[in-house]
Amino acid sequence: MAVLDISNLCIEFPTRRGVLSAVEDLTLSIEAGEILGIVGESGAGKSLTGNAIVGLLEPPGHVTEGVILLNGRDITHLPESEMRKIRGAQIGVIFQDPLTSLDPLYTIGQQLTQTILTHKKMSNAQAKAWAIELLNEVGIPAPERRFDAFPHEFSGGMRQRVVIALALCCDPCLIIADEPTTALDVSVQAQIIALLKRLSREKGVATMLVTHDMGVIAEAADRVAVIYSGRLAEIGDVRSVIDAPKHPYTKGLMDSIPQIGQNLKILPNIVGAMPRLDARPDGCAFNPRCSKAKFICHQQAAPLIEAGSVGQRAACWVYEGGEKYV
Amino acid sequence: MSEQSLLEVQGLKMYFDVSPPLVTRLLNRMPRQVLKAVDGLSFSIERGKTFSLVGESGCGKSTVARAVAGLYKATDGNIIIDGQDLANANGKSKITDISRRMQMIFQSPYASLDPRWRVRDIIAEPIRAFDLANDKRDERRQVEQLLVQVGLSESDGEKYPHEFSGGQRQRISIARALSSKPEFLICDEPTSALDVSVQAQILNLMTELQDELGLTYLFISHDLAVIDHISDWIGVMYLGRVCEITPKAELFSNPRHPYTKLLLETIPDLRGGSHRKPLEGEVPNPITPPSGCTFHPRCPFANERCTREQPVLKEYGPAKVACHAVDEERI
Ligand SMILES: Nc1ncnc2c1ncn2[C@@H]1O[C@H](COP(=O)(O)OP(=O)(O)OP(=O)(O)O)[C@@H](O)[C@H]1O
Ligand SMILES: Nc1ncnc2c1ncn2[C@@H]1O[C@H](COP(=O)(O)OP(=O)(O)OP(=O)(O)O)[C@@H](O)[C@H]1O
Ligand code: SF4
Ligand code: SF4
Ligand SMILES: [Mg+2]
Ligand SMILES: [Mg+2]
Repeated sequence: MAVLDISNLCIEFPTRRGVLSAVEDLTLSIEAGEILGIVGESGAGKSLTGNAIVGLLEPPGHVTEGVILLNGRDITHLPESEMRKIRGAQIGVIFQDPLTSLDPLYTIGQQLTQTILTHKKMSNAQAKAWAIELLNEVGIPAPERRFDAFPHEFSGGMRQRVVIALALCCDPCLIIADEPTTALDVSVQAQIIALLKRLSREKGVATMLVTHDMGVIAEAADRVAVIYSGRLAEIGDVRSVIDAPKHPYTKGLMDSIPQIGQNLKILPNIVGAMPRLDARPDGCAFNPRCSKAKFICHQQAAPLIEAGSVGQRAACWVYEGGEKYV
Repeated sequence: MSEQSLLEVQGLKMYFDVSPPLVTRLLNRMPRQVLKAVDGLSFSIERGKTFSLVGESGCGKSTVARAVAGLYKATDGNIIIDGQDLANANGKSKITDISRRMQMIFQSPYASLDPRWRVRDIIAEPIRAFDLANDKRDERRQVEQLLVQVGLSESDGEKYPHEFSGGQRQRISIARALSSKPEFLICDEPTSALDVSVQAQILNLMTELQDELGLTYLFISHDLAVIDHISDWIGVMYLGRVCEITPKAELFSNPRHPYTKLLLETIPDLRGGSHRKPLEGEVPNPITPPSGCTFHPRCPFANERCTREQPVLKEYGPAKVACHAVDEERI
């Protein structure tokens, strides 16, 4: 059984000018020990998906359809009091800015032990020992000495490690990391990625890694889901999607990333921009930018269709009735 | 100074006073604290070429950009543009002339555009400031031409910044920067806040404009693939100093400085899978930098001399490197 199993998720925002459908018919799952990367450009719906799982959608946004299963249990519409327990215990959440998860007024030791004591039956001394072990695990040097330090006494990279330690307090089975390295330096970024990978390998944590950085995905993820304008465009094994993308959007995206030694004067790029939610065209949302668009692409969005390697699927009409040359 | 250099930076120092308030300092008997954000940096840029600065966060890239743009008054050193020393430029017309010929593009296309102004007024502002239009009609014509040049449409001038996406806003910033007909653009992480597909569009625009207008770029990025794509020359910075200056091809095929080598290993490899090594340790606090070569606590080749003596830039083939190990031919 998958740790996380989302089917047909839809998220909408009622606005004065009508209902905006921000995420449409999203289906994906993550197994224990697996890292699923979620990529897509700004506004594609990555964070909304993550927030919906942990019950942190900001009203008026809400889930209108679909089911979210955590270890088989339906958590789609749990009341906040129930959801809070799950967030602390079964799901660890890591956001882009470590400061949003840390309270500047308390030492990191206080924050860690507090979280541990809320969710676990432990004595204060045991909680402290466990907190120090966690800090050690996430790579904070001399954790006993850093235990009584305040968040502002840490560098950005160290703070993000503390946030990861916080997320790990109660042995979560699922980690949702929303752009965990975007605010960090490349070298620190590599350290945090190595840490996330180790957690999934050694502890069997299922991880949903949200980022717009393909480099991070290539390095950390086992599988990747590409989101375009609120819909899944492509999903599959990370090497297949990166080396042999099938959806025209993924292809364009991969081509537009500069590579060392490539020596191109002009980079290939996708013309135009991702449509706004209130200006999404009928049919496939990518159709205004797609050179393969045909009649049906303007009528109806394509379902996910097997394309390329095993388990690789693309929401593109080109693959209907078997793979053709794109 | 070589004949073709448009910009020559010599021994640039930019120190910030980060002392606690006087009272606190006196009560606790604390000394003044000085942060040496840039500490003796030299490089030059040939006309029509792109010189890039790369290095970890906090190494001083933006500070160099701001000092060159005249937004900071340098603590020491010379910034010479087309033979004219920025610090000695006297007389209002000289200063105006230099600032017209040099414009800056920032990382955040959100923060750098005034939300209350129409796009056409944002773009026209330098034209007005430098009195570059004959009349209103001429100004309008220039603005429309700029909009088209950066890939927007003439009618976009009537809109406000919030009506545009991040990539479009960066196009507006570029149009504004170009409106005073500069020869030299300072670009501080111009695509770092953008998605890769949008980044490609903006980088292509910058390349096309350079060809068309013969622009010279000082380009800043922490993304080595972007640096490789756009640059002719690259300066690698560490803690306020340049440790290596080299032609683009040399940097990637023949890195010489130990820090450059480590930096190259941190590049995520898209196609090859995952084997980048994390760079151990963090950038030291620039208020209390390590002695000698400031990289020595993280350097695998450090020896006793490195802890004592600061290396200076020396020429090796086409590159300049500041490292004792390279100098002693140990590596
Ligand atoms: N409260 C809201 N009301 C209306 N629309 C919203 C609201 N919150 C989010 N949206 C819209 O939903 C879409 C998806 O947003 P989301 O934050 O998931 O994007 P993202 O993929 O995480 O992007 P980024 O990379 O910028 O973080 C965006 O177009 C956004 O404008
Ligand atoms: N106005 C200022 N006052 C005090 N310190 C400053 C000021 N501006 C920059 N600094 C410090 O100078 C150092 C260099 O900063 P700078 O912004 O130039 O780095 P950078 O290389 O551009 O980093 P990044 O990649 O994060 O943008 C940092 O330690 C920074 O904290
Ligand atoms: S469904 Fe049609 S428009 Fe959409 S990506 Fe495929 S070919 Fe292009
Ligand atoms: S001077 Fe010494 S410490 Fe500095 S980079 Fe060279 S070998 Fe390393
Ligand atoms: Mg987001
Ligand atoms: Mg900067």
